[in-house]
Amino acid sequence: MNLNMAQVEKKRARRALTVSTALLLLAITVILISLNTGSISLAPLTVWKTLFGYGTSEEQMILFDYRMPRIIVTMLAGIGLGISGAVFQGSTRNSLADPGILGINTGAALGLIIFVSFFRSMDGPMAVLIPLFTFIGGVLSALIIFMFAYDRHRGILPIRLILVGIAVAAGISAVTLLLSLKLDEETYAFTARWLAGSVWGRDWIHVWALLPWIAVLVPVIYSRSKALDIFVLGDEIAYSVGNHVTRERLVLLGMAVALSCASVSVAGGVGFIGLVAPHIAKRLAGPQHRYFLPVAALIGLLILVTADTVGRSIFRPNAIPAGVVVAAIGGPYFLYLLFKTKN
Amino acid sequence: MKLHSRILIILWFIAAAAGLAVSIFLAVSFGAKELTLQTVWAAVFHYDTTLTPHQIVHDLRLPRVLGAVVTGMAFAVAGTVMQGVTRNPLADSGILGVNAGSAFAVALCFAIVPGMSYWGLILFSFAGAALTTVFIVLLGASTPGGLTSLRLTIAGAVVAAILHSLSTGIAIYFALSQDLAFWYAGGVAGVSWDHLRILTPVVIAVVLWATVMGRPITFMSLGEETAVNLGVHTNRIRILGLTAAVILAGSSVAVAGSISFVGLVVPHIARRLLGVDYRIIIPFSALLGAILLVWADFASRMVNPPQEFAIGAMVAMVGVPFFLYLARKEGRDL
Repeated sequence: MNLNMAQVEKKRARRALTVSTALLLLAITVILISLNTGSISLAPLTVWKTLFGYGTSEEQMILFDYRMPRIIVTMLAGIGLGISGAVFQGSTRNSLADPGILGINTGAALGLIIFVSFFRSMDGPMAVLIPLFTFIGGVLSALIIFMFAYDRHRGILPIRLILVGIAVAAGISAVTLLLSLKLDEETYAFTARWLAGSVWGRDWIHVWALLPWIAVLVPVIYSRSKALDIFVLGDEIAYSVGNHVTRERLVLLGMAVALSCASVSVAGGVGFIGLVAPHIAKRLAGPQHRYFLPVAALIGLLILVTADTVGRSIFRPNAIPAGVVVAAIGGPYFLYLLFKTKN
Repeated sequence: MKLHSRILIILWFIAAAAGLAVSIFLAVSFGAKELTLQTVWAAVFHYDTTLTPHQIVHDLRLPRVLGAVVTGMAFAVAGTVMQGVTRNPLADSGILGVNAGSAFAVALCFAIVPGMSYWGLILFSFAGAALTTVFIVLLGASTPGGLTSLRLTIAGAVVAAILHSLSTGIAIYFALSQDLAFWYAGGVAGVSWDHLRILTPVVIAVVLWATVMGRPITFMSLGEETAVNLGVHTNRIRILGLTAAVILAGSSVAVAGSISFVGLVVPHIARRLLGVDYRIIIPFSALLGAILLVWADFASRMVNPPQEFAIGAMVAMVGVPFFLYLARKEGRDL
């Protein structure tokens, strides 16, 4: 029996490794294609040469000052959204949870607008603080949502949670638009675009703003994979195994909110990635968090970079926000899941 | 007792009509340039094309305020009828994605055939609204065991989110002339007399038609079995009712964009005040919806003049708390 378990474990690990390697190769390909697309196209060979410092100064400027920061922002945000979606789904045992649908993203938008009204600029050195503001906004909207979705006798009801999230998202985005109009017309247009999910962070400062959040939170969440596995089994089992269920859940949810808010703060309000990535990852790598979390991160990265590249390149000269591309694919998938899960 | 309640109903109707008249006058008088009531009165009844204040009233204020009145009626009655025939207290043409389907069709028209006539636009808008409705109804019907109203609401909201996102994409891609906010949450600033000439008769006719259907709708709102026992062809009324809602929502979205929550909030207030008889609630909702949108439009131009704020977002600020309250109440039966 024990031997069998060990074998199964080994098999799973090997499978997760294979899947991750394949996805990693795919991600590198997409990133290279993405580096290659834009108003001035660079041949793949030139991209390589420039990466290693052999390009002309013009090529270096295009690659390092324009394309690189944007793609790194997109990559990091994709990772953040994928992981945070997995944590939301795992710790609330709700397979439909997603920071976009739950209205956490619009809370982040509110935080962003408050930041703009304080500092008047989104590119200066203070931009490092942007994720902090969006985090506060996200926590605020999360509190409102959980307050309304919580039932004294039955805890958080999954379907009501989604419904309340959708409504809170509508309300907070209305307030955000109003505040942005109060600032000036340009901010108003920016907010509308942000809500549609367009990747706007294009400078290195935005990379530096986002990087620490991802670099700290992702490993911390990964170290708690066991706790997430136990949550999936249900609260009673989690209690009997000796977990501080409520505390653990709050900590995990807090980190998921932080991760998604930091990601959307510079990438725009992209929804549905946090929903789709964990589901695909679970199919590919099995239900254990320590195997499928990295896969979910890679898939999140892959989806967002692809969506941004597609939105930028296919529809030239105008660009379509990445959020639109993601919603066109992720939305139907949500419907499919909604109707597959039993009433 | 019977007489007593009838007088009460008449009084409420008079109050609502008076409230609407006052709202219209206030909304026409105040704005970026304030006008006296006399000027407004003169501009309406003795229009002089050479006077600037008269032109402001006649060409700018009046069409937009009347646009708010007519679309407010349409969205409110669409919501009332939908809530009645689907027995879903959270039904609203905006929340269930009907408006979004319509707005998506309109965005497509703007992008592919710029300068399409208003009639053409309205027809495509209907088609968009009708297709979305059919899609959502089929989704509900195809699920084994049927869908709870909460689940159907979520499905509608997600369909709305997808279509909404696509419309925004089209608007950004084609750099459509309207403000992005129009696609985001609608507005009646662009309503012209030409629009009103087509929209008003359509909306009034459908509201009257819906009122005539009030009796069977009332029975249906009391329960499927009750309605069948009382001799209502439930499927027929459901289809007719949804058709009315689609026409109302479709024609309004074509001029004012997608405005949610009017159809959600208004019927609940109407029921609270006047009971469950849809023959009375439907026309009363029309009046309340008109008042609500006139004020929402008024507020959306006054918060930060001379800029305009999205009217749909204005309504959402009232509608969302209301929705949360309802969802919490409904959640008990989950």
